[in-house]
Amino acid sequence: MSEVHTTDVVIIGAGPVGLFAVFELGLLDLKAHVIDILDRPGGQCTELYPEKPIYDIPGHPVVGAQQLVDNLMMQIRPFGPTFHFSQQVETVERLEDGTFRLSTDAGTEFHTKVVVIAAGGGSFQPKRPPVPGIEAYEGSSVFYAVRKIEAFRGEDVVIVGGGDSALDWTLALQPVARRLALVHRRDDFRGAPHSVEKMRELVAAGAIDLVIGQVGELEGEGQTLAAALVKTADGTVKRVPATRMLPFFGLTMKLGPIADWGIHLHENLIAVDTEKFETSEKGIFAIGDINTYPGKLKLILSGFHEGALMAQAAKRIVDPGKRVVFQYTTSSTALQRKLGVQ
Amino acid sequence: MPKITFIPYRQEEIVVDAEIGATVMETAVRNGVPGIEAECGGACACATCHVWVDPSWYPKVGAPQPMEEDMLDFAWDVRATSRLSCQMKVTEEMDGLIVEVPERQA
Repeated sequence: MSEVHTTDVVIIGAGPVGLFAVFELGLLDLKAHVIDILDRPGGQCTELYPEKPIYDIPGHPVVGAQQLVDNLMMQIRPFGPTFHFSQQVETVERLEDGTFRLSTDAGTEFHTKVVVIAAGGGSFQPKRPPVPGIEAYEGSSVFYAVRKIEAFRGEDVVIVGGGDSALDWTLALQPVARRLALVHRRDDFRGAPHSVEKMRELVAAGAIDLVIGQVGELEGEGQTLAAALVKTADGTVKRVPATRMLPFFGLTMKLGPIADWGIHLHENLIAVDTEKFETSEKGIFAIGDINTYPGKLKLILSGFHEGALMAQAAKRIVDPGKRVVFQYTTSSTALQRKLGVQ
Repeated sequence: MPKITFIPYRQEEIVVDAEIGATVMETAVRNGVPGIEAECGGACACATCHVWVDPSWYPKVGAPQPMEEDMLDFAWDVRATSRLSCQMKVTEEMDGLIVEVPERQA
C-alpha cells in the first residue's frame, strides 16, 4: 500500500509563493513537502508566461518569470523540500490530536501538523469547450484525458483541437477507433511538426478525417453521444459521427477540491487573517493569490510577505512552547549555518 | 483621446475614452465592460478577452500574431475578425473602433 509521509508542513502549490514558503519555514527548522498538480515547479509563472518579464519583484528591476522560479528553487535548496508533482490533494482530514491527514488523487498520503495552501488561481484543469449540453456526455462519451486506449476501440472518435494533445491522441487512437475525425478551427496546427506531418499522411491515405471548423452542437440521447455538428468557415454545418469525443481546449484554473475542506471561503477565495494568514481552520494557512483579506493585492511580493508571517505561526504550532528568536540572515550565524554559508 | 465602442452581448453599447498605448482589454476592464474576463491578466495565455472586431475596422486593426492565433483556438465562436483584446494596443488611428463582446468567454 501507499506509504504515509510524516512531516511538519505540507504546502499545496509549487508556484513562487509556495516555493518561498519553504525558505521561510526552513529558517525556522520546519520541514516541508510540496504538492502540485503540474509536473514541475513554477505554477502560473512556468505554465502561463515563462518568458514574460516581471518588474515588481523587490531588488530585481526586471526578471523573467521562469528565471524567478529557477532562482527560488536555488534559494530553497538548502532546506531540501520533497516535491510531489502531477497530483492533486483531494482530502484534508483533521485527526483527534489536531494534526492532519492528506491524500492525493495519486494515492500519496501525508501526516502533517500544518497545511499551507499556496494554490494561486486554483488547480489547472482541462478546459470544457463552450458547447451547449456537453456536461451531459462527460464521463460517458466525452473525456478530457485518455486513461485506457481500449475504451476507444471500435468507436467513432472525434478529437477536437490543434495542439500536441490533440495530435498525439489522433495518432495513438487511429489504429483502434472505428473511424477517427480530427476537428480544428483552422488548417494550421500548433503541435510538433513531426506529429502534424504524420497526421497529414493519415488524412491523405484516407485513414482519418480532418474537419476544419468549430463544434457548435452535439447530437445524442441521454448520456450517449451520436454526432458532433461542426460549423465550417463557409457557414455550413457538417455532421461528424461521434460516440466518443476528446476535446483538448487547454487548461483553466479551478478551485477544485479545496472547496470541500470546510474552510471559510469568500467569492471562491480563502478568507484569512492578516497576522498569521491562517484560514478559519486552525493549522491551515493560505498564502498568495488564493487568499483574501481587506486590502489584498494579488502580487507575488505580497505572497512572499504572507509566507514569512505564516511561518512564524506554523512554528508555534509545530513546536509549541519553544521560544522563537527573531533573527536576520545577514548577521545570524545560526541561520547562515542552515543556509550552508561557509 | 481615441474613443472605443464596446457592444456587450444583448446590452447597450458602451463608448469610452481610451488611453493611447493601453490595450483594448485594459480599456474594457477599467470601464467595467461586461463579458471581458481577462483571467490571465493580459499575458495572451487564456483567451477570455475575446472580441469580434467590427468588419469595417478589422483591416486597420490587423490580424493576430501566431501566438494569439494559437490562443484563439481556445475561444468560443471564433470568427473572421476575432481578436484577443489584450493583444490590441490603442493607437491614435483607432479613434472610433467598434468591437463586439461575445456571449461568453469559453
